[in-house]
Amino acid sequence: MTANPYLVAAYAVTWIIHIAYISTIVSRYSRLKREIAELNKKNRS
Amino acid sequence: MKNRKRPGISMIQSLNDSMKKAFPILGVLTAILLSYALYQALVVAPTEKTMGDVQRIFYYHVPSAWTAFILFFINFGASVVYLIKRNPAADIVALVCAEVGVVFCTVVLITGPIWARPVWGIWWTWDMRLTSTLVLWLIYVSYLFLRRFSSGGQTPTLAAALAVLGALCVPFVYFSIWFFRTQHPQPVMGGGGSIDPRMLHALLINWLAFSCFAFLVCWSRYRLETLQREVDQSHALQSLLDPREGAR
Repeated sequence: MTANPYLVAAYAVTWIIHIAYISTIVSRYSRLKREIAELNKKNRS
Repeated sequence: MKNRKRPGISMIQSLNDSMKKAFPILGVLTAILLSYALYQALVVAPTEKTMGDVQRIFYYHVPSAWTAFILFFINFGASVVYLIKRNPAADIVALVCAEVGVVFCTVVLITGPIWARPVWGIWWTWDMRLTSTLVLWLIYVSYLFLRRFSSGGQTPTLAAALAVLGALCVPFVYFSIWFFRTQHPQPVMGGGGSIDPRMLHALLINWLAFSCFAFLVCWSRYRLETLQREVDQSHALQSLLDPREGAR
């Protein structure tokens, strides 16, 4: 198999899209964690 | 009064608890499966005679389309359940499947033109299969916009109604190449053509790998949405108890 530029582009784009989506989930998780920590702090005080 | 648990919700809850433990193992297994599927697509599957290596795009393009269709159908089922029973878990499942389905449909709409350019000589043509796939994508993007930017209490109901209509488009997209004269190749399954067994094996392995991957992503997104709604409820409760907090 040779490194066809269209093939490389298609496979790369697929993983870029999936990784970008997963990173949005991760960032939303960390934002939510901060929110939960703040809520717990308020509830304690 | 006894607090009766709804069976659908308790089933999802128990699945949620057992998935918490299984997630790392399933994640590793899916990564191994995806690597094996990539090996099958790039090394084991034979090179197509007329198109050459560019045909290997098919091993990502087709499984992504099938996965998107399945997710849109689950979205349809969950939306119907929500419209009948007003079950919040069904609403979350519908939202999650639409979101992940749009991601897979985006992959289809981008990898398709990358394949078309060297094979057809053009990136895009307004043929029935391509146009209907774009319309399908636009319907589910509008569904997500509705969920994101509308804050009224009727939003889940309106979104569920839109999802039911959107799902009608899925069989139309799939069968459009049978009903209309299009440039798009005939379907692999039931299209009347033949395929090398190694190519079929690579295709099915990639579909299995992408389905497992989609399931894990959906589960993570489901957990996130459940947590988000719990936090929103806590905020609402807090602003009721302390109105100054809500005014900020």
